[in-house]
Amino acid sequence: MLSFYALFYKELLRIWNGGIQAVLAPVLSTLLYLLIFSHMLEQQTEIYPGVRYTAFLIPGLVMMTVLQIAYSNSSTSLSASKITGNLVFALLAPIAYWEFFLAYVLAAVVRGLVVGTGVYLAALWFAQPPMQFPCWIILFALLGGALLGSLGVVAGIWAENFDQLGGYANFIVTPLTFLSGAFYSIHSLPSFWQQVSRLNPFFYIIDGFRYGFFGVSDISPWLSLAVVSGSLLMLAGFALALLKSGYKLRL
Amino acid sequence: MLPAVDVRKAHKRYGSLHAVDGVDLRIEQGEFFGLLGPNGAGKTTLINLLAGLARPDSGQFSILGHDVVKQYRTSRRLLGVVPQELVFDPNFNVRETLRLQSGYFGLRHNEAWIDEVMHHLDLTDKAETNMRRLSGGMKRRVLVAQALVHKPPVIVLDEPTAGVDVELRQTMWRFIQQLNRDGHTIVLTTHYLEEAEALCGRIAMLKQGRIMALDSTQNLLGSMAGVRVRLKLAGALPAALLPQIAEQTGEDYLLELPSYQSLEPVLAELRMDGVEIKEMALEQTDLEDVFMRVVGRAC
Ligand SMILES: Nc1ncnc2c1ncn2[C@@H]1O[C@H](COP(=O)(O)OP(=O)(O)OP(=O)(O)O)[C@@H](O)[C@H]1O
Ligand SMILES: [Mg+2]
Repeated sequence: MLSFYALFYKELLRIWNGGIQAVLAPVLSTLLYLLIFSHMLEQQTEIYPGVRYTAFLIPGLVMMTVLQIAYSNSSTSLSASKITGNLVFALLAPIAYWEFFLAYVLAAVVRGLVVGTGVYLAALWFAQPPMQFPCWIILFALLGGALLGSLGVVAGIWAENFDQLGGYANFIVTPLTFLSGAFYSIHSLPSFWQQVSRLNPFFYIIDGFRYGFFGVSDISPWLSLAVVSGSLLMLAGFALALLKSGYKLRL
Repeated sequence: MLPAVDVRKAHKRYGSLHAVDGVDLRIEQGEFFGLLGPNGAGKTTLINLLAGLARPDSGQFSILGHDVVKQYRTSRRLLGVVPQELVFDPNFNVRETLRLQSGYFGLRHNEAWIDEVMHHLDLTDKAETNMRRLSGGMKRRVLVAQALVHKPPVIVLDEPTAGVDVELRQTMWRFIQQLNRDGHTIVLTTHYLEEAEALCGRIAMLKQGRIMALDSTQNLLGSMAGVRVRLKLAGALPAALLPQIAEQTGEDYLLELPSYQSLEPVLAELRMDGVEIKEMALEQTDLEDVFMRVVGRAC
């Protein structure tokens, strides 16, 4: 367990040494989203009764940040170590595959939550969404961060160079986050696209997270919880199996 | 006594390439062992298999009796590896790098030993310098330090002196020899054969994934019994001596003789033919000669 702790600490120290821009950059881009979308759409749209569009938008943006940051943290850290070769230091050490997995995923969750909190605090300047059920908020933030942290681990193992890694982000992660209902309720979509959205696990993360704020959601938070936990278990199992086999890491 | 390193019937293929082709190797505790071979011979691959960095197709590997797959936690604690590639994590400085490495091995209060290792490798001044800002030779020294943080009884160094300046190479060897005297087993690969000759008690020569020679350094040198004579002549070599030629460029000859006793007949032959000797030198066999004979090309 000490080895796990050291690897986890290494990931945090890496982020810390990277400096404050790691938090500021995502906060800035979220503020830009808010500035543009809320101005354009504030008058036209009221998605949930009595909730201003800007307020509606904030949980979605916060969760989108958590997901993207968690994913990029574990995927870039792992693939950079693998591609530049310094992963050898961890591979030489008596670290079990599950300790390895936990360290990367927990670091991704921590970073996702820290930046997500930063974005949330900055967004409060625009609008103040209520917080009906903080437990759901925290639960979905943790699960979402862990799910994308695990996905990042898989991507980091898989990618053989940075172009491939960029490809995964552009063709898989970004479309899934944007089509997750972060900016809208899926009830405002044509029914075909509603059905498609239901195949996207990210939709359940955002919907469940938003339920924690407004107490209203497109589908039951319990269903979201089941889908998200199930996805996490499957993905974590897959990542653990890859790590255990040494796939692309121990040649 | 358990062997420090035990490799049995090791095979590793990369596609159609047989990188390690049936290696059996036993290295005893306390040895200073040399693993030599030309580029691509499979030295690094063999080390990777021992360290668990690569998965074998077949074969068994153990460090001090601990299987490197089944008992990987113990076997990795017993092993320190200096990788051949100059790898480093640009996010950290030297001290952080060494602390983290200690942590990976479950060591929390390792500051005293880290300081000592840095001192021996002349890194103390650079302790707070980011890895990115170190010169190549300094990065190499950090690699050595990283392999030593957990005081492993078995230390494998894959070309530790490539790119390290002469003075530091001396300091580094003194430190490694000190560790060897303190009971650590050392396994070394290098392309500097004088280094291997001076340091290693036993040597294995690898070629195309196979061990071509494995013996004490003395026996290997002794196996090249005989004398080599370099001659610069004022005329052609007498016909009777032609079978003795090992190398020839113009009227410069290198003759290989079975022993010192055969030297006198050669000189007599030259005198009889009236060929004047302009220069003459006797050459010691060194590891390079052995290597050339065993492996068939330069290291
Ligand atoms: N990951 C890999 N994938 C494919 N082939 C590999 C891989 N690693 C090594 N090889 C091949 O295996 C052979 C042995 O390589 P290895 O690195 O073990 O040689 P070496 O003896 O260490 O050489 P050098 O003195 O140059 O370090 C080489 O032909 C190399 O191309
Ligand atoms: Mg090599």
